[in-house]
Amino acid sequence: MYMFKYVMKRLGLMLFTFFIIFTMCFVLIKLLPIPTNALPGQDPEIVMRTLEGRGWITNIQEGKNGVWTYDRVPILVQYVDYFKRIITRGDFGIATTYGEYLNMNIWDVFKSHLPPTILINIYSTLIGVPIGLGLGILAALKKNKLPDQLINIFIILLISVPSIVRALILQYGLCFKLGWFPLTMSISNDYFSWEVFRSMIPAVFALCLGSIAGYARYTRAELSEVLTGEFMLLARTKGLTKRQSIFRHALRNSMVVIFPSILSEFISVLSGSLIIEKIFAINGVGGLYLNSITFQDYDFFMMLSGFYTLVSLVAGIVTDISYGFIDPRIRMGAK
Amino acid sequence: MANTNQFYNIPAEKFRFAKERDLQHDSKLSTKPVSYFQGAFRRFCKNKGAAVAAVIILCLVLFSIFAPLFTPFTPAYYDMVYSYVTPKLDIFADNNIRFWDGGREKTGNYLDFIKDYALGQETGRDVIVGGEYTETVDAEGKSIYHYRYDTYYGVGFGKYKIISQEEYDDIQRYQNETGRQVLYPVVKSTDRPTQEKNKYDANIYYVMENPKASVIRPKLDEEGNVIPNYWTYEAGSTSGLIPEYNSLRIEGENGVEKDGKQYFYAYGRKVDGGIEVRAEYYEYYTYTHTQVLKDGIEEPLFMFGTTQTGKDVFACLAYGARFSFIFAIIVNVINCVMGIIVGSIIGYYGGRIDLVTCRIMEILGAVPSMIVITLLKYHMGSSSHVVVLLISFIVTGWISMAWSTRTQFYRFKNQEYVLAARTLGARDRRIMFKHIFPNGIGTLVTGMALAIPSMIYSETSLSYLGIINLEAGKITSVGTLIAAGQQSVVANAAYVAVFPCLFLILLMLSFNLFGNGLRDAFNPSLRGTED
Repeated sequence: MYMFKYVMKRLGLMLFTFFIIFTMCFVLIKLLPIPTNALPGQDPEIVMRTLEGRGWITNIQEGKNGVWTYDRVPILVQYVDYFKRIITRGDFGIATTYGEYLNMNIWDVFKSHLPPTILINIYSTLIGVPIGLGLGILAALKKNKLPDQLINIFIILLISVPSIVRALILQYGLCFKLGWFPLTMSISNDYFSWEVFRSMIPAVFALCLGSIAGYARYTRAELSEVLTGEFMLLARTKGLTKRQSIFRHALRNSMVVIFPSILSEFISVLSGSLIIEKIFAINGVGGLYLNSITFQDYDFFMMLSGFYTLVSLVAGIVTDISYGFIDPRIRMGAK
Repeated sequence: MANTNQFYNIPAEKFRFAKERDLQHDSKLSTKPVSYFQGAFRRFCKNKGAAVAAVIILCLVLFSIFAPLFTPFTPAYYDMVYSYVTPKLDIFADNNIRFWDGGREKTGNYLDFIKDYALGQETGRDVIVGGEYTETVDAEGKSIYHYRYDTYYGVGFGKYKIISQEEYDDIQRYQNETGRQVLYPVVKSTDRPTQEKNKYDANIYYVMENPKASVIRPKLDEEGNVIPNYWTYEAGSTSGLIPEYNSLRIEGENGVEKDGKQYFYAYGRKVDGGIEVRAEYYEYYTYTHTQVLKDGIEEPLFMFGTTQTGKDVFACLAYGARFSFIFAIIVNVINCVMGIIVGSIIGYYGGRIDLVTCRIMEILGAVPSMIVITLLKYHMGSSSHVVVLLISFIVTGWISMAWSTRTQFYRFKNQEYVLAARTLGARDRRIMFKHIFPNGIGTLVTGMALAIPSMIYSETSLSYLGIINLEAGKITSVGTLIAAGQQSVVANAAYVAVFPCLFLILLMLSFNLFGNGLRDAFNPSLRGTED
């Protein structure tokens, strides 16, 4: 019961936070000048009527010299309207200035960009987590011996080399000098074909190196602390082999802290890394976000900002709550 | 009954004055007291990694302070002719060391080779470094040449340049004074290649096999040399098209004897708007910067090479690093002051003000930084991106500092000595900043040290992503340079990315080690463990 109450409380707080951020973002966006300038080849009236249809402006009149006058719809009205459309029709708006996707449904465009981002992040998580855990366990078991020192140097190097540089080095070495992979990701939609997979490898590699280093460091610290615990001595004294004591007692206890972060990593596969996506020209959500910022496409920006905020909030809350589920000693919200 | 040990009546004469040596003193402490910061400093110096990191950081800071002062180039400088010129240091170039000498390995076919070779022949420059090349024959029987190509001299003449009469005269004056040849004889317009793309190529000074071809192939004499195709005029006769020239002439030209008459080479051609000349770009560059612009640049020498747009990588890196450091320090100081003030107030007083501020901080902290920056950028459309970045880093940056200050205050505020201070009548402000705050300094300093690299990194990645464009005047960002470097990878000019990447790696590595060292040093429980 404690648990349920706690989870509910956290969820409520999360939703509250999300709505405050979303509302602030919405209001600040709506305070900006409305992009009423027609793109080359566009009829200004159509632009105006589209904006009216989106519920941004009202009372359109054509003045002299093709100057259009209009009134802004009050922000509160727009806000209610915006949510009504999302809830009743799943309609997040259409692209108004993002040239490539002009007048297309934002949600559809977004959906079409999700697969590359998710795939690359899932591959990287699937590769990075086991290797990271393995290296961390090895380092902790051989603490202060040669393997540990080597792994430590490896970790320090990987953590200190920023992801931009890491990705550039990989791109230069693997793709340009050795020519094993194409320089950028293939734009084909057939995500499970060998050709696309091959073009994803450098990006996956660049992403997973970071998480390998992170997990190795984390696991090493946790496990070596657990290994010094007195219950480990007890386990050995009552006759367990070293192997048994490590796998049944030490690892399980160290996982209490590590497992939640793995869970949250699986949730954040949705958001991905803007930098990696830019370097390897991945046709994912990150590129969409960057372009919507450059084009000042407000509806696009609203939707994607909401998405990123939600993903990071959910990842955070899942980490917190999973502590309680994994470790019975932790009773969340208990007084 | 009488106990001899009991002295009820001690005769007065038995008393004597105590002398100095009879007094029992505690022996004086023979060691000096070690204050908290002295101890921290001592522990820090013992940590070799952290000490080395501190030295590297110092070097980077010195680089960012002094490099912009000593290089004549600025981030605003660019020269499209010298695009993708490779790094060059005089020490290496003068001693014929084939590394960092402004050259690059080039593999090309016969036409590439003969063009570079002819250029070297005319100007006497080492376009082909050391004049050495290897020739191999491929499967189709074509010759493949491999040689080290000097990117500075290889630019040659570029295109025909139209200059004013004054400049033409001034160059002649400069040539006479310094003995450096800028102008070379021109080719008569009717003798030039006819196709549009070759027409203005000033590097073609020789007789061609077919001037109409799209790829120009020079005609060779019996010895295998190219035949110059300069425009000549008869000595004494004046042509309306050829401007007067009284300066250095190229080697071997003492008038050309032909049919018993003496001819001279033409060093210019009068056209609309000035005089068309063939100026060797290396010398012309030197002339322009020393005589006309007088901007302190003496000759083309780019220590770290140039980008595609001809920007000097060294200057961009130096100014970018300087901006990064100054920016990170300013933002950090503001964040710290704000964070410490807010954190100590809510940590010390607790209660409702703590609750409300914590919720606000939680919500603000959950806003992705990208949203803050973008919204600020939209709203502050016309103002500089530096201001946008500054504000957006401050809006969310103080929160982590406030959290850690608050934690420190919660840890110490209920300790006995604080109670004692309060009992003695100390005011809140005194308790906060004299009694509690100094205890938390170690953690806060470590936090500050680790915030600097992460700030520099986010500034770098934001300008890499193109969300923020800091390039204006003398300001640039390392991220912009890295973005230029990424494009250069494909052009086989990876050195553009090498130096900024190296800077970032060194910065992150040393700040990480430095921060870890600080954390250990400020932990008094580690005192004496390493002795």
